[in-house]
Amino acid sequence: MLKAMLGEAWHAMGANRLRTALTMLGMVIGVGSVVLMMAIGQGAQYAVEQTISTMGSNLYVILSGWTQASGVRSGSGYGYTLRVADGEAIAELDDVTYVAPVHQGTRQIVYGAKNWSSVVVGTTPSYLDARAWSLTSGNSFGDSDVRSATRVALIGQTALENLFDPGEDPVGKTIRIGQTPFTIIGTLAAKGQNLDGRDQDDTLIIPLTTAQRKVFGVPFAGSVRAIIVQAASAEAMPAVEKSITALLRQRHRLRDDQDDDFRIRNLAAAADTAAATTRVMSLLLGAIASVSLLVGGIGIMNIMLVSVTERTREIGIRMAIGARQKDILTQFLLEAIMISVTGCLIGLLLGIGGALLVNALTDMVIVISGSSVLVAFAVAAGVGVFFGFYPARKASGLDPIEALRYQ
Amino acid sequence: MPQQAPNEVIRVCGLGKDYVTAAGPFPALKGVDLTIRRGEFVAIMGPSGSGKSTFMNLLGCLDQPTFGDYFLVGRNVAHLPGDELAKLRNQTIGFVFQGFNLLPRMSLEDNVAMPLVYAHMERASRREKARQMLAKVGLENYAGSLPSRISGGQQQRVAIARALINSPSLILADEPTGNLDSHTSEEIMALFEQLNREGITIVLVTHEADIAAHAKRQVRFLDGLIVSDTLTPSRTTAETETC
Repeated sequence: MLKAMLGEAWHAMGANRLRTALTMLGMVIGVGSVVLMMAIGQGAQYAVEQTISTMGSNLYVILSGWTQASGVRSGSGYGYTLRVADGEAIAELDDVTYVAPVHQGTRQIVYGAKNWSSVVVGTTPSYLDARAWSLTSGNSFGDSDVRSATRVALIGQTALENLFDPGEDPVGKTIRIGQTPFTIIGTLAAKGQNLDGRDQDDTLIIPLTTAQRKVFGVPFAGSVRAIIVQAASAEAMPAVEKSITALLRQRHRLRDDQDDDFRIRNLAAAADTAAATTRVMSLLLGAIASVSLLVGGIGIMNIMLVSVTERTREIGIRMAIGARQKDILTQFLLEAIMISVTGCLIGLLLGIGGALLVNALTDMVIVISGSSVLVAFAVAAGVGVFFGFYPARKASGLDPIEALRYQ
Repeated sequence: MPQQAPNEVIRVCGLGKDYVTAAGPFPALKGVDLTIRRGEFVAIMGPSGSGKSTFMNLLGCLDQPTFGDYFLVGRNVAHLPGDELAKLRNQTIGFVFQGFNLLPRMSLEDNVAMPLVYAHMERASRREKARQMLAKVGLENYAGSLPSRISGGQQQRVAIARALINSPSLILADEPTGNLDSHTSEEIMALFEQLNREGITIVLVTHEADIAAHAKRQVRFLDGLIVSDTLTPSRTTAETETC
C-alpha cells in the first residue's frame, strides 16, 4: 500500500516537472544554505579553538605592577615587583601544574649576513610544558642551563625561515642576539597566530638568567616582569587565582589598604570570549539560513494547495472507488514529504559542494559535521510534514460528490 | 428491523434527504421505498431535479440520508462512519460515471487496478487482475496506454472494467452513455446486458428512454418520490415490493 502510494507520489511529481522543480528549488536553497552556513560557522569555531589550544590551556599571566620614577608611572609588566622566588612559591600551590617566569622583549638577531628582529623570551623549561610546545629537532635547555646562564637558544619557525637558508640545519649554529653569541640547540614546532593575530613562531626562547644578564639587563637580581601559571583544570582556575593573589600579597607584605602590586590576566577568559563570539556567529548564520528553509516550506504549501484544487476531481474519483480520508491524506502528505526530502538531498549535495568549493578557493576552515547534515535533513522532512499537512487535510476533507462534480 | 431475503442487494425504506440551503432545508428526496434483487437490471429515470441523482448518491454510499434506512446486501448502511462507507464503495459497489472519470496520468491498467490499491492487494496480483478485467471488456491490448489515447467508448469500457475489478455486488452507472454517440451507446449498453446475463446486478440512471429500454425494470422519479416502477415490456418478470 505504502509502496503503491510512494509510486503514485513519484508519478504526481513527474506530472508537472517544472513546477515540482521550482517548488523543490526552495528546499534546495534552504537546505543548501543551512549546510553551507553551518559548515562555515563551525569552521570558524574550529579555527578559533585551534588557535586557543596553541596558546596553552588554563593559563594565567601574572604581570608585575607599575613602578614610579620621578612621577612617571610605568605600565603593568614593566616594573620589577615580582620575583623568581614568587614563582617557586606559586608552584607549591594546589592545582598548579606549571609555573614559568618570563622576561621577553624584541631584539635584533644576526646570523651570518642575515639579520631579523624577533621576540626573545627568557624563561625556564616549564614554559614549553605550560604552552604545550614541542620541538621539531634538537633538544630543549634544562634547569642547569638556567642556573648557569648558558648561551643556548630554541628558535621558532618564522625566525628560522628568515635567518637560515631553506634546508639548512640550524642546530649547533651560532647566532647573535644583540651582541651576545648564542648556540641554537633546538627548533620549535609551528604554532601559528595567537588570538591577537601575532605570529607565535617569530620567537627565540633562551634561559631566563641568560636573558636577564646578557640580553635585557635587570636592575634588581632575582626579579622578573611576568610569570606564566598553568592551572590543573578550567574548574580549578578561580580558586587558583584567589590563592595566587593571597600568596603574593602576603609575600609582598601588602597591607589591607594597599592595592595589589601585580596583575593577574586570565588567558582562558579571553579564549572563552573568542570562542563564544564565533559560536554566536555560527548560530546567527544558521538562523539566517533557516529563514530560507522556512520560505521553501511555504513554497511547498503553496504548490500543494494549488495541486489539491487542480486535482479535486481525481480526489473525488479516488474516494468513489474506495479511498478513505486517511488514504487521501497520506497520499498528499507523502507528495509534500517527497518533494521536500528530494529537495533536501539535492540541497545537501549542493551545500557540501559549496563548502568544499569555499574551502578550495579561500583559506577559510570548513567543518561539515554529520550532526549538521542530520539536523538539516530532519528539519526538511519536518517542513514537508508541517507545510504539507494543511493542504493534505483539505484534500481529505473534500466531499466526494462535490469533488466528482468539480470541473 | 425488517427481515430481508438473502437475494436482495438493495432494500430502501422511507429514505429521504434534505439539503440545507439559505432558504431553509430543501427536501430532495421525500421518503422512498425500493427493493432490488440480485441479478436485476434497473433503470432509474426522471427529469432533472426529480431526486434521482440524490438517490444514486445515497445508493452509492457517497452521501448519507437525512432519514430512512438503506440495507445494502443485508446490512443497514444509512449511518455508517466515513471509513466504513469508503470500504463499501471499494468492495461492494462499482461506479461507472458519465464522464468516465479515468485518471489521465495513469495507464489503463493502473486505472483499472486502482480500487485494488485501496483493498491492499499486492502489485503483481493487481496487474494480473487488471489485465483480466481489460480482456473482459475487449481492451487487453491497451493495458499500457494512457486514457487520452483511446476513444470515449473505449474509455467507458475501461471504467466498467475498473468498476468490476473487486467483484462488487452492485454496479451503479450514472448516465454512462451521456457523453457517447448513439452507436457507441448501444455497444456500452450491450456490454451492460452481457454483464447482467452473467448475474451482475446493475442500477443505471438515465433520462433517455431508449437507453432505459435496455434495462429489465424502470423506476421513475418525480419531485423526490417514485412515481412509477414498471417492467420493461418483453423482458423477464421482476416483482416489486415495498417495506
